Amino acid sequence: MAEQQPSSAAQAPRKLLERLPSISVLGPFVALLLAVIFFSTQSERFLSGQNFSLILQQVLVVGVLAIGQTLVILTGGIDLSVGFVMALGTMVMSKFAVELGLPPLLAILCGIAVTTAFGLLNGLLITRIRLPPFIVTLGTMNIAFALTQIYSKAQTVTGLPEALLFWGNTFRLGETVITYGVVLMIALYLLMWFLLSETAPGRHLYAVGNNPEAARLMGIPTQRVLLLTYTVAGFFYGIAGWLLVSRTSVGDPNAGQTENLETITAVVLGGTSLFGGRGMILGTLLGAIIVGVFRNGLTLTGVSSVYQVLITGILVILAVTADQLSKRRS
Amino acid sequence: MELNPLPNNPGQFPLPRQQASAPARPRPVLEARGLVKRYGHVTALDGTDFELREGEILAVIGDNGAGKSTLIKALSGAIIPDQGEIILDGKPVHFRSPLDARRHGIETVYQDLAVAPAMTIAENLFLGREILRPGFLGRLLRLIDKKKMLEEATSSLKDLKIGIRSMSQAVETLSGGQRQGVAVARSAAFAKHVVIMDEPTAALGVKEGNMVLELIRRVRDRGLPVIIISHNMPHVFEIADRIHIQRLGKRAAVVNPKKISMAHTVAVMTGAMSPEELSPEELAN
Ligand SMILES: Nc1ncnc2c1ncn2[C@@H]1O[C@H](COP(=O)(O)OP(=O)(O)O)[C@@H](O)[C@H]1O
Ligand SMILES: [Mg+2]
Repeated sequence: MAEQQPSSAAQAPRKLLERLPSISVLGPFVALLLAVIFFSTQSERFLSGQNFSLILQQVLVVGVLAIGQTLVILTGGIDLSVGFVMALGTMVMSKFAVELGLPPLLAILCGIAVTTAFGLLNGLLITRIRLPPFIVTLGTMNIAFALTQIYSKAQTVTGLPEALLFWGNTFRLGETVITYGVVLMIALYLLMWFLLSETAPGRHLYAVGNNPEAARLMGIPTQRVLLLTYTVAGFFYGIAGWLLVSRTSVGDPNAGQTENLETITAVVLGGTSLFGGRGMILGTLLGAIIVGVFRNGLTLTGVSSVYQVLITGILVILAVTADQLSKRRS
Repeated sequence: MELNPLPNNPGQFPLPRQQASAPARPRPVLEARGLVKRYGHVTALDGTDFELREGEILAVIGDNGAGKSTLIKALSGAIIPDQGEIILDGKPVHFRSPLDARRHGIETVYQDLAVAPAMTIAENLFLGREILRPGFLGRLLRLIDKKKMLEEATSSLKDLKIGIRSMSQAVETLSGGQRQGVAVARSAAFAKHVVIMDEPTAALGVKEGNMVLELIRRVRDRGLPVIIISHNMPHVFEIADRIHIQRLGKRAAVVNPKKISMAHTVAVMTGAMSPEELSPEELAN
């Protein structure tokens, strides 16, 4: 058939273009690989199991927060409240456990319930009042920050019970010491990857992000998908809060502020499109690790951390440019 | 526009069964009475009537802004009319959503196709009604059966012969005609009652347009009545059993393409000729 065999002259450039999306999938791998090779030549302490375990611990909180951010961005939205909602969750957990004397597990559940409720609130404002996600989450970011400061009176909480520190426990794998938290993060990524690619609601999330009108016309309850997405994202912010107190052993009202935008960095570096509907959750894990590798590598080689910020900025621009170019093509 | 008299190439395809000689008029499947839809100050539908009969291809034509798309959206549940009633198989129905209309067996191919371009052909065919894996766990987690979806997609697109190599390629890698083929196949595969197509051959080349017409005929011959909106008069005259002419938000006339000329049809459509000036045999009874 004529349609099946376009002239090879026309096919050559088309073939090249067809490969572009795989650049956004392969890009994160290549960037990570290059960074690892570079830092291995610069510092002999870099390439060790112990150092990689450390990097994973350092990206733990951003990594779990970024699961929620990825879900939101896949629907074509954005969440600016991420880190601040998490901070509120950690304050609720630690103060309920230490000052109200609630059983630690109940306190943790209360903290997660608060972050989940914030996700639900974001979702309700976006779906019911049809406000843009950017504005809604800018608002809830400020609300969560203020509530955290008011509730904690800007004081950190110490003396946390064992259950809150659970994810800081470690086990040995050969020479390497690994925290439970790292295992949880990887397990959560694998779980979400499975749910997104193998379940109907997971595919609906992609469809809503890719073409909301088509999704609606095909009978997908788009508003319910969005509501669920923001709520589940809120749940992950609560888990991230638990991981944070496990790492730092204190409830810190000023936590989460740098992590907030780093989640977007991780998602973008991981090759997920800011236009929605395209991307892989596992890419976000790579994105988070890339940022962690640069921070760790530059510290080991004694370079100012400002350069990590510079390089991250350049990588983000590159990733977003690739995204925009592949969007324009289709 | 070329103004051919009567259907082109009448001998080239079997003419639809002769309905006029049958004593009983075919049963109406989908009807609408006095539909009104306003958008602010714009009246898109101004009390329009509509009737689709069993086993027919009914073309809906009209100038831009005549309310064709709005009529079709009301019939497919995509919008809710302000006034009027819709009757399916003699019973009044109230579609609250496209899903609602689909549950009644009405499938629609929208003008903008309603596909998710980044997703695969198989996923698009089953969008919103994925095949779930059997068993308790499959239903609980709503696990999709990718293999089965791929197989069924392959078999339902097999007749199309539009050179689609793999059902697991993204829809955005397809040509316009192939995308249209996917959207038509999706509705034909699932419709129990009525298939609605909004401009299915617009933006297609001659060859792909003919392929889609052939596909529409096959859908009708399976016993499913088809509503088709089109601007392409030769296509309309080639395929339609009756033509509904929409004008200024109302049904101006229903005409018989085997008796009326394209010139008269276009004249009624544009208002150059009043429907009363048509001879009785030009009208579809
Ligand atoms: N969603 C909408 N909002 C405002 N006006 C609309 C909308 N949909 C249709 N209209 C208006 O209603 C009229 C009929 O439109 P439409 O049904 O699309 O006509 P057609 O499909 O026959 O070209 C037009 O004047 C159009 O501008
Ligand atoms: Mg239209």
